[in-house]
Parts: sequence; C-alpha cells; structure tokens
Amino acid sequence: MARIIVVTSGKGGVGKTTTSAAIAMGLAKKGHKTAVIDFDVGLRNLDLIMGCERRVVYDFVNVINGEASLNQALIRDKNCNLLYILPASQTRDKDALSQEGVGKILDELKKEFKYIVCDSPAGIEKGAHLAMYFADDAFIVTNPEVSSVRDSDRMLGILSSKSRRAEQNEEPIREYLLLSRYSPDRVKLGEMLSVDDVQEILSLHLLGVIPESKSVLNASNSGTPVILDEKSDAGQAYADIVARYLGEDRPHRFIDEKKGLFGKLFGGK
Amino acid sequence: MSTDSQQNDHHSPVLEFKSSTFSVPVLVLVSNDAITIEQQLQGKIHLAPEFFKNSPLVFDLQELNKHDLDIDVTELINIIRKLGLLPIGIRGGAAQQNQQALELGIPVHSGHSTAVSSGTQKQQTPEPEAATPEPQVVAETATLITHPVRSGQRIYASGDLIILAQVSAGAEIMAEGNIHVYGSLRGRALAGVQGNTEARIFCSDLQAELISIAGNYKISEDLNGAVLNQPVQIYLQNHTLVIKDI
Ligand SMILES: Nc1ncnc2c1ncn2[C@@H]1O[C@H](COP(=O)(O)OP(=O)(O)OP(=O)(O)O)[C@@H](O)[C@H]1O
Ligand SMILES: [Mg+2]
Repeated sequence: MARIIVVTSGKGGVGKTTTSAAIAMGLAKKGHKTAVIDFDVGLRNLDLIMGCERRVVYDFVNVINGEASLNQALIRDKNCNLLYILPASQTRDKDALSQEGVGKILDELKKEFKYIVCDSPAGIEKGAHLAMYFADDAFIVTNPEVSSVRDSDRMLGILSSKSRRAEQNEEPIREYLLLSRYSPDRVKLGEMLSVDDVQEILSLHLLGVIPESKSVLNASNSGTPVILDEKSDAGQAYADIVARYLGEDRPHRFIDEKKGLFGKLFGGK
Repeated sequence: MSTDSQQNDHHSPVLEFKSSTFSVPVLVLVSNDAITIEQQLQGKIHLAPEFFKNSPLVFDLQELNKHDLDIDVTELINIIRKLGLLPIGIRGGAAQQNQQALELGIPVHSGHSTAVSSGTQKQQTPEPEAATPEPQVVAETATLITHPVRSGQRIYASGDLIILAQVSAGAEIMAEGNIHVYGSLRGRALAGVQGNTEARIFCSDLQAELISIAGNYKISEDLNGAVLNQPVQIYLQNHTLVIKDI
C-alpha cells in the first residue's frame, strides 16, 4: 500500500522543504518508488533544492486544471530514477488548489508510487490544510524554540481533527517528531530547548534530530538533497531518519555536544 | 431598520419591528495572518473571559482591503467562533468576502451602520468545537478524552470531563462539572462553567495558563511555586479558589 507522508510544521522556515527533499531521496535510494510534491503554490522552492528548476514545464496546478497529465508534469530526479518531483506553480495563487483536485492526483499517484511526500507550506491555512488532509503519516518538523514547538502542537491538533482520517473516523495519522537545526552547544547555554524539553511539551515519538549544519546550505546551493552528502552530519541524520521510519532500530545521534580536541584527549563527558 | 411594515391588518398584530441600537464589539483587523490574529484575539479574551464569552462581534476588514491584504473570511469566522465569540456581521469587506460571509449566515453591514439586529440565535452553551479529539462517553455525565488536547483545540463537556493525556498550552477544556487531567495541564481549564460552584479540577501536574471554577479564575502568574508542577485539586471556598495538593 502506498503511504502519503506530509512534512509540516505550522511555523515557517524550520526545514520542511529541506526535510521533504532529503527523505524523499532517502526512501527512493532504499529502493522505493517515491514522489515528492511541492504544495507551496506561489513560492515554489522544492525544485531548487532538488536541482530541477530548469526542467519544470508543467506544475501541480496544471495537472489539477487538466492542462497537463500527471506524467507530463512529473520530473524524474537526476540522481535517482525511482524519485519524481511534482513542482508547484510559481505564478498561481494559493486558491488554485482544491481538495477534490488534490485528492484525485494523490489517488492517481498511489497507483504508481510507494511513498508520496507532501512538502507543506508554512501556516495553517488552505495550502497547509490540503498538504496534510490526505496524509497517512506526518513528519512534524520543529526547531528547538518555544514558538516553533507551539506551532507544531497546533498543527498536531489540526491533524488529529481536520484530516481525512479524522473526519472519516479511521485510524489516526501517525505522527513523528523531527527536531531540526539542533545545536547541542546552544542548548547547553540555555539558548534553545533540549530534546527532552521538546518531547515533554509535545509528547510525540522522536524520529530523529537533525543538527544545525552548514552542509544544508551547501546542498541547497548545489541543488542536491543533503542526504546525498553522506559525510555530512545532517545527511547522516536524515539517513537515520529514513531508516528508522522504515523500521530499522538506530540509536539517536547529534543530541550531545561535539567534544572538542580537549574533550577527545581527556575523554568522559 | 424602519417601521414601514405597519399596515392595517384585519388581525391584531402579533409582532412589530422596532429600531434599536446595540453596542457590539467591532474587531478591526490590520493583519491577515490567521495565526497571529488568533493568538492576539485569544490574548484579549484571556484578559476578560467572562465578558467575551458568547459575545456577539462584528469584524471589520476595511483596513486590510485598503492595503490589498486578502483574508479567508471562512477561516476568520471559524477562528472567531472557535474562540467562543459569535460573529454577527462583516464590515468593510470586498464583494467576494461579503458573499463568503453571507454563505455562513453572517450579515453584511455597511461602513457607518451601528444598529445591529439581535437576530442571531444566542447559544446557551458554546458548541463543542469541531477541532477536538473524538470524545467518548463514559457514563451519562462524563466525557473521556484519551488523546492529547493540543494548542488551539477546545473541548466542552456538559458533565464531567476526564482527560487521560496532556492538555497543551493554548488548549482550552471546559466542563459544566468536574475536570480531571491525568497528564500535564498546561492550557486553560474551566470547571463549573454554567455556575456550579461545587465543581472541582483535579490534575496530576499543574502548569495551567488559567484555572477557573464557576467564573472564579486564576492565571498562571497567580500560581505559586508550591503548587506548580504538582498533583493538585482545585475548588472554591468563599468565592476563592483553593489549590491543594493531593
Ligand atoms: N539543519 C539545518 N541546518 C542549517 N540550516 C538549515 C537546516 N535546515 C534548514 N536550514 C535552512 O533554513 C532555511 C529554511 O529551510 P527550508 O526552506 O527547508 O524551510 P521550510 O520550513 O521549508 O520553509 P518555508 O516555511 O518557507 O517553506 C533554509 O535557508 C535552509 O537552508
Ligand atoms: Mg518550504
């Protein structure tokens, strides 16, 4: 059975698109045919992060309006032939998406793909609503700060009451916490919430911690999802996340501060 | 509203139209950001919960439209209703916004009008918000919630309310009877909302933003360190809230 994953947060700029690109690539690399959809109509940046912006001819809205077929609009990824991207339109306004239209496209995608990753726009308005409405699983991307955690909590409330699964009284959406842009040093200084703090507030299953990392910017500049940078900490964090999601048991990393040279020499915590 | 409907009928009249002036709060919006609107509105309500409870409200979009800021009227109405206010009019809306409002039964007011009919039916009890975890009925008088109550969600129970999970900051739980929370209580808990002064709140970890029994409330700032993060019960004694550990 195909599964629809929504990557959502409420708050903007927390790493949803970075995460969508990384996990879609990760799932495809593990051999699962995967599609990733940009729901951020009007902004459109998933294609930049996937490095396929020059190949965009048709978009999500064209397909909904029947101006192009799904196969015409889907772009095959340059690094992995099991991964396809459905870009958002930059020129339309957010009303171009309708629940019925989105539902039809997802149904069609479900016939061909194992995983469908929906990159949600920020906020809790229509775009975010449509991105999560049909989801089976939700990846809640949160930064370790109070406002982001609060917005995530808000989004969790919406998932549990306004999604298709909730409305039809089906088994609820499975919710996973992805704590992103985590910096153990800043947690230690009291500038950020710790993993424990966030889990205490949200009481949610932690799928993984993604460290604050320069590799993310490098990856988006070069148009390759950071998970392909296997040497990078963020890349490894996303690889762990994909593996855990697929059922592997991997210990959590990137939660404690890096030991400097001093720490390495003298060991201990 | 004029009185031109007075015609000499054969039957004695059973009704009449009267013109009358009401004072209704008008919500003037200067931003179209739904999250911020909701947060700030909630903040205002927080300051005077009894005043705002079930209060009629006219919302004014003139400023927004002046600056070409579009807003989803349906969503706005939902937010207003969710916060326990009863929207009874839109003012300064664009044609399409007025249409949206009309479809939801909200009358359109012209900019200068002050008279507002009281035609909207007043709800005796706030309706349980759509955005709530599925409540299960335990006994005839108790509502059982097994999922966390998240920020922005609101639960109303006409009897007792039992929650087996946490209540997040920004969530609101209300019961005409007692409230039991077997998780952290970080949001707002209002027991005895229809005036039952015997109602109590029990919780295993008190971190609430607000606690209230029959309209007597304390906000988090009033809670002293000795009761914070503790299992407590809260009840009324001589119109004062008493918080005791259990
Ligand atoms: N782990 C990380 N370390 C450092 N920078 C990061 C990390 N994750 C994301 N960023 C940076 O944060 C910014 C926002 O990321 P991204 O676009 O993925 O967020 P978003 O949630 O999709 O934003 P929006 O709400 O606008 O859609 C980008 O500049 C990105 O490079
Ligand atoms: Mg994004």
